[in-house]
Amino acid sequence: MSGDSAASAPGRSGGRPGRPVGRGTAASRWRHLFDGDLLQGGVQGSPVVRLVMRWVRRPLLPVMRLWRRNIQLKVVVTTLLMSLGVVLLLGFVVIGQVRNGLLEAKVKASQSQATGGFAVAKQQAEQAVSVTGEEGTAPDGRPSQSVIQWMSDLVASLSSGGQGAFDVVTLPAGGDSGSGRGPRASGGVNPAASVPAALRERIDTGTGAAQSYTRIVYAEKDKESQPALVIGKQVNDPNGDPYQLYYLFPLTQEEKSLSLVKGTLATAGLFVVVLLGAIAWLVVRQVVTPVRMAAGIAERLSAGRLQERMKVTGEDDIARLGEAFNKMAQNLQLKISQLEDLSRMQRRFVSDVSHELRTPLTTVRMAADVIHEAREDFDPVTARSAELLADQLDRFESLLADLLEISRFDAGAAALEAEPIDLREVVRRVVSGAEPLAERKGTTIKVVGDQQPVVAEADARRVERVLRNLVVNAVEHGEGRDVVVKLAAAGGAVAVAVRDYGVGLKPGEATRVFSRFWRADPARARTTGGTGLGLSIALEDARLHGGWLQAWGEPGGGSQFRLTLPRTADEPLRGSPIPLEPKDSRRNRGLDDAGLPRGGDSEKRATVPVNRPGADDTAQSARDPLGPRPGASAPTADPTALPGNGARVVARSGSTRMTPGAAPGTNGETDEGVPAEADRPAAGEGGDGAPRGAQKDGEATRGR
Amino acid sequence: MKGRVLVVDDDSALAEMLGIVLRGEGFEPSFVADGDKALAAFRETKPDLVLLDLMLPGRDGIEVCRLIRAESGVPIVMLTAKSDTVDVVVGLESGADDYIVKPFKPKELVARIRARLRRSEEPAPEQLAIGDLVIDVAGHSVKRDGQSIALTPLEFDLLVALARKPWQVFTREVLLEQVWGYRHAADTRLVNVHVQRLRSKVEKDPEKPEIVVTVRGVGYKAGPS
Repeated sequence: MSGDSAASAPGRSGGRPGRPVGRGTAASRWRHLFDGDLLQGGVQGSPVVRLVMRWVRRPLLPVMRLWRRNIQLKVVVTTLLMSLGVVLLLGFVVIGQVRNGLLEAKVKASQSQATGGFAVAKQQAEQAVSVTGEEGTAPDGRPSQSVIQWMSDLVASLSSGGQGAFDVVTLPAGGDSGSGRGPRASGGVNPAASVPAALRERIDTGTGAAQSYTRIVYAEKDKESQPALVIGKQVNDPNGDPYQLYYLFPLTQEEKSLSLVKGTLATAGLFVVVLLGAIAWLVVRQVVTPVRMAAGIAERLSAGRLQERMKVTGEDDIARLGEAFNKMAQNLQLKISQLEDLSRMQRRFVSDVSHELRTPLTTVRMAADVIHEAREDFDPVTARSAELLADQLDRFESLLADLLEISRFDAGAAALEAEPIDLREVVRRVVSGAEPLAERKGTTIKVVGDQQPVVAEADARRVERVLRNLVVNAVEHGEGRDVVVKLAAAGGAVAVAVRDYGVGLKPGEATRVFSRFWRADPARARTTGGTGLGLSIALEDARLHGGWLQAWGEPGGGSQFRLTLPRTADEPLRGSPIPLEPKDSRRNRGLDDAGLPRGGDSEKRATVPVNRPGADDTAQSARDPLGPRPGASAPTADPTALPGNGARVVARSGSTRMTPGAAPGTNGETDEGVPAEADRPAAGEGGDGAPRGAQKDGEATRGR
Repeated sequence: MKGRVLVVDDDSALAEMLGIVLRGEGFEPSFVADGDKALAAFRETKPDLVLLDLMLPGRDGIEVCRLIRAESGVPIVMLTAKSDTVDVVVGLESGADDYIVKPFKPKELVARIRARLRRSEEPAPEQLAIGDLVIDVAGHSVKRDGQSIALTPLEFDLLVALARKPWQVFTREVLLEQVWGYRHAADTRLVNVHVQRLRSKVEKDPEKPEIVVTVRGVGYKAGPS
């Protein structure tokens, strides 16, 4: 997207934070600014607005974090705001009422005063008429000097009764000012400015009295205007000509009272708000302090300091919380120490049993060997007995060793001694160790992917034990066909997969193989006399490393066991560099269960019932990076099965099925989110190439 | 071949069986069943090798091992019923050269004993240098600035193996084979513990080894001369 197009589509550019501002965009923005088109420029330049917003928001961020984390602050601020609202509302109502009360009295008094005044004015006009008779008016109709004088006198006499409580103003009626009766006012009031024009019109048109609020403007410049009530009426002068007479009642006193009330209310309100805030702070503190203390102690408890307790005072709810908390901690401590004792006893017991059983067993073993050595001197029956004795002693020994190993795992006494090892070395040792058995079986063991070091932090002894078990099993069940050991490293994981082409596993067996004393076929003869604990121990070993041991198999199509280990000991596994289901599985080769090629009709294949829900879940969770850890949603029917277990015996992903023509290399196997690229671990795979691919793929799926 | 073996074991049946096997292989076993008497028996019989059970009445095997090691470099092979790391490491740290976990096969035991007793009969006069140490292979002595350092035969063998090929990094497995005589790799903890013991004797600062250097992820090599 170019800078210009971004500027022309502000809505879209707005959706991309941190977009670099192009030069063209900036220039056009400046042009907008200089055109005076500021608003539009502002809208268009949403990045600038955002920049400003960010600049404004940055110092606010800590405050916002504090707000989110601090309940005390929240409560106090909320209380402050709400009480402020209440106080303001209350203040307005009170002030309104006080003002109404004050004005009402004033208005009443003023009205009666004004009514009296108007009556006086009328009376005086009539008096003046009766005194001066017809002489009051000049023949030409002009107001005589006496009327002007009379009016001045009237104003003076009317205002003198008020003693400064009111002022009197006369104005000519209508626009008639040509009669020479100019405006008059008492008390230095500017008559024209002090009477609102609207009131003058109303009085011109009506005959009754009218009133309005105004401000008295004084003729002297330095005297401040003041609020006032003005009541006016049209009255006739001695000549019978109408003029307007106004009474102006200053409201200074009322205003003073009102501002006093306002001030008092504001001060009181402020105090109330502040005090409420302080009270809220205190009250919340009473609740929050124990809660915080409980949180701190809970943290310390979870950190292993089991003797931590809360201080309990009083009998209130907080004290009950503390008591309950302490009781919980007490019980936890008790249970934990009980479990620790049990574990210690168990370990002790295992150790003792180990010693007690092993010493006589050693004697028996040596005696049996001595007898075995000398068996040629015995008669055939005794010689055969000696052989059986020695063989079964071997079996007994390995069974005992395995049992002790398992109980050590159960007691949690197994310790990992991880150091960086090259898995190729381990594989080499294991394969050479299994060579004699393989020769007897006519099997060839191939190692794939050992061109480059496959280094991981692991316990060599345990890894070797796991791999020995897998390889020996593969050779045993491989029916004389080849066994392939594959190594790969990608991302934070290394993996070794052991593939055989023997009887394979029936659906559901892939998890059960890890059960203790489980045998695929109880009727099957076992040549090496395994103990039935080998895979269980292997699984525990893998777990101890934080790794996975998973099985895949198809009936008659062989099986694959995959050990995945994190490259560094404390790194959680996210995926495996080797897909659990090998590329040469029947399904991946497009064969049916009998090993015959499937019909070429892809439509038909697509209508085959879709994968089992379990497998679907696994795929789903793999696609969702925020979901539970890969495989966590896998069926957990068997507690010994590892996360992401190999329950997917003949399950297949829908996409694979929909694209049956896909070459094995492009097989969309995304087991645990590992991309197809990582499926080719063999040659030329550097330590970095695959992880980058994995990263990319992971992001792509995230975007979906 | 000299073959006096002192068997320190409280289990009389096992001790008797060990005696049968050892005699059958041409060794001369002597027995002691009590940890308290072990040291006296050791001084009296002057064995070429000690087979020591870890669990003993009186002084336990670890203590006996420490006492014997304090006055002699004679090879000590522990018999232990516990293969747990801690037990093994404690045993090795107290001075045992090797250990064998019960139950063991007679052949295995004999192989271990022979490996410990196998001293190259007449080593060619050979002077080796490793770091600032001078090793006289024939004279079985290690000197720093003319000051000789006492090593057990096993520690000496370990040092010589490293010093002979200072350019080579030895994996623990290779060391097990060359020094201990294990055909198949067994427990690399043996190597770790003995390297620690050797370092505590020959290094100026065992925390920062200069003579026996760890090559992370691989093994050990001799430090630069």
